[in-house]
Amino acid sequence: MYTGRQVNRETSKHGNKASLYTCVRVYLSTLSLWLLPLTFLALAFFFPLSKILAFTLSPSTLTLENLRNTQHVVLFTFYQATLSTLLTLLLGIPSAILFSRFDFRGKSLLRALTAVPFLLPTVVVAASFNSLFGTHGLLSTFYSFLFPLSSFTLHPSPFILILIAHLFYNTTIVIRIVGAALSNLNPKLEQAARSLGADSLRVWLNVTLPLLRPSILAASLLVFLFDFTSFGVILLLGNSQLSTLETEIYFQAVRQFNLPLAALLSIIQLLCTLAVSILYSKYAIRSTQYASRSTPSRRPKTLKQKLFTTSLIFLLSTFFILPLASLPFRSLTRLEADRGQRSEVQYGFTTDYYKELFINRRGSVFYVPPFQAILNSLTYASATVILSILLGFPAAFALAHPTRLEKILDPLIMLPLGSSAVMLGLGFIITYGKWLASPWLVPFAHTLIALPFVIRALQPAIASIPNRLRQAASTLGASPLEVWKNIDLPILRRATLAAATFAFTISLGEFGATLLISRPEYPTIPVAIERFLSQPGGLNYGQAMAMATILMALTTASILLIEKFRLPNASEF
Amino acid sequence: MKPLHFPLSTLLLSSFLFLLSSCAPAQPATLTIMTHDSFAVSEDVVKAFEDANNVKVVFLPSGDAGSMLNKAILTKDAPLADVMFGVDNTFLSRALDEDIFESYASPELQNIPDEFKLDPSNRATPVDYGDVCINYDKNYFAENNLAVPQSLEELMKPEYNGLLVVENPATSSTGLAFLLATVAHYGDSFTDYWQALKDNGVVVVDGWETAYYTNFSGSSGKGPQSMVVSYASSPAAEVIFAETLLDDSPTASILGPDACFRQIEFVGILKGTQNHALAEKFIDFMLSEQFQEDMPLQMFVYPVNQNAVLPEAFLKYAQIPTQPATLSPAEIAANRDAWIQAWADVMMR
Repeated sequence: MYTGRQVNRETSKHGNKASLYTCVRVYLSTLSLWLLPLTFLALAFFFPLSKILAFTLSPSTLTLENLRNTQHVVLFTFYQATLSTLLTLLLGIPSAILFSRFDFRGKSLLRALTAVPFLLPTVVVAASFNSLFGTHGLLSTFYSFLFPLSSFTLHPSPFILILIAHLFYNTTIVIRIVGAALSNLNPKLEQAARSLGADSLRVWLNVTLPLLRPSILAASLLVFLFDFTSFGVILLLGNSQLSTLETEIYFQAVRQFNLPLAALLSIIQLLCTLAVSILYSKYAIRSTQYASRSTPSRRPKTLKQKLFTTSLIFLLSTFFILPLASLPFRSLTRLEADRGQRSEVQYGFTTDYYKELFINRRGSVFYVPPFQAILNSLTYASATVILSILLGFPAAFALAHPTRLEKILDPLIMLPLGSSAVMLGLGFIITYGKWLASPWLVPFAHTLIALPFVIRALQPAIASIPNRLRQAASTLGASPLEVWKNIDLPILRRATLAAATFAFTISLGEFGATLLISRPEYPTIPVAIERFLSQPGGLNYGQAMAMATILMALTTASILLIEKFRLPNASEF
Repeated sequence: MKPLHFPLSTLLLSSFLFLLSSCAPAQPATLTIMTHDSFAVSEDVVKAFEDANNVKVVFLPSGDAGSMLNKAILTKDAPLADVMFGVDNTFLSRALDEDIFESYASPELQNIPDEFKLDPSNRATPVDYGDVCINYDKNYFAENNLAVPQSLEELMKPEYNGLLVVENPATSSTGLAFLLATVAHYGDSFTDYWQALKDNGVVVVDGWETAYYTNFSGSSGKGPQSMVVSYASSPAAEVIFAETLLDDSPTASILGPDACFRQIEFVGILKGTQNHALAEKFIDFMLSEQFQEDMPLQMFVYPVNQNAVLPEAFLKYAQIPTQPATLSPAEIAANRDAWIQAWADVMMR
């Protein structure tokens, strides 16, 4: 096996005279790789965050009482994030196998749909779950149709609801990152183990799983950090009884105006993130083997495979498609109780909500024309993809062949995911002030969140490319650019697609909304949804559902399109 | 690097400046208004102000009222805007203590009743008010032959068990307003009242959107609770934004003594503005009948200007409580955290 680490060791083993020169050269070249990503992180993250922390932090908050209260919150934050991550892996890994090993009808669509929850506003997800499980939802209507006399009640505790919501949101991370690694595995290894008499379980446990370790760890880290800093889900479903560090920071900063305590909590949250990331970098051994012919996916053949695929497809469809399908359903349904007949809710078909989207009935300054919102969302998302890939590639490259510098930088890359959006937003305000009104800053804010994903998606794939391939190409006279184009790019196709999809969905989901002052001239789809849901009335609710349906359709179409976009194939050599 | 030839660089610079100036003849000044995210106004109303004063008005939605105030306080040395709208009476003291507003006594103040003028130094000027009240689902009560509760006390009756959904005052300004109503009514024993509500199955959610659209049975969400803490103007909104033409609102408000809390929203000129004269004109404009009559259907609030005429839907379906609960901004500022904490100790245990 060739790994970056071994290559480094080999170079240092060669002549002692040249070692100093090599050392300097390696440092200079990695430094140049780091130049852009680090400048970006410094300007968009470290500088504004340290400025707000320095501005607000005061030693007087370090009281025993505050620390004792914090301890409780920290423990719960870790507890729910760990449980959520384990659950997500439990569903995500089999799903990754399903998507990368098997062919079935509707595969691309189902895979694209699993990414949709990732970017839906929490309020909309809650509404979709409600229209499914609520007292007048689809399920209870169906249930009372089947069993007219018994009543349907489903009341999971807030904690269970949080876990389910995290599972709903983050399974796509595991599917994409582990799935990309699975497709890149060398099929010969598994074939060899099988020909030596190992059954499929042993092949899986002793060969496949160890090879997948880096990608599983990378996915777990991202899922964990997302659950760790979860905000909307906890506020919405926690029934006001459960709070995490992130919700506590928001509460202290925005509601109590206790910025010093919020700053202290942010630092604790950052330290936790840093500790988790350091642990990750320590145990994630970056050694996967690149396969010149990747494992093809095929239709399920044996009974066991058929059982596995059918049951998993059924599970994923119920879990993802049913709640999502309730949005378009609701956006086309008039829900009307005739006066005096409350128990009989009448359903009727209507396209009014969509028609109404195009009318600025009240002549409001803040009216959002749907096509304008779609165009704005797409522009921001495309800019985010380009920017985050441009910044993520060199960083992932440097991290795939780590020197001492990378060991320090590696955990720092993840910090933006672990910082409180509220505090970072306030940091932006005091650092960049009036510049914040520029719409150009929106893709930069989205890139801040997308960058850790892009890097973590690319890095295991880059590390899997044996250096001998690059060396061979340069010996044959290829320029560094040609080497990159003909060796790296084809091998990195899947990982790049996964990275681009993440960047795209993160931006479409408007993760930066809380970070910056939004400009009403350039509203995005999530902004439009929030506007509708902030006022009472059936028409507003229906329009929010219609807008959410548009966002869903747009996402699904974009993901399918990204996956269609084929880079040169890897099987050329 | 060799410096540019002097004449060449001057030529370039001057032609660039010329281009800039020719692109925008008589560039109007820009007036920036910081608002909360719920702010809305009609296009033609803003246009009228812009045309009359040769100014371009830019709105900066800056999160909820709390986030907006935070941002304004943090940037008070280099303000992001000229005017800030949307601080309400629960946050007013904080804004005044931080001294972010300039004092300005608008001539339009003569049309505004004194009960709304909470800042004697005229740094914060009242613009609108609204009452946070409990809305109920008319059909539910009619169908179940249940009497509608008329006061805070009656909500403790067993027949209303599990029927009320409220917002957490720690995360929602609507929830905070209702908590303040109970504080105004019961004084220090408000925690006993909440204990009784808790025993009677009150449901607590994070914010208004969830309470109204997911839990309330009178809205499109068709949830399980038939009473929700919302606004006295919500029944009018249900008619205006109905899916089909309605001749009556599906909801109404409970208007008993102290059952509603009055929120008053203020505007102020941010200290450090370069557009003082225009900012003053904008305040006058916000208090003018044109703007005040536009507000009800845009933001579902009531005008403070007593000459402003209300839209028909408001007169028909929105009710005004005769005896809303009030507390002074100073009292709220001094005790808000302690009240929320006491509430949480009762409800979250």
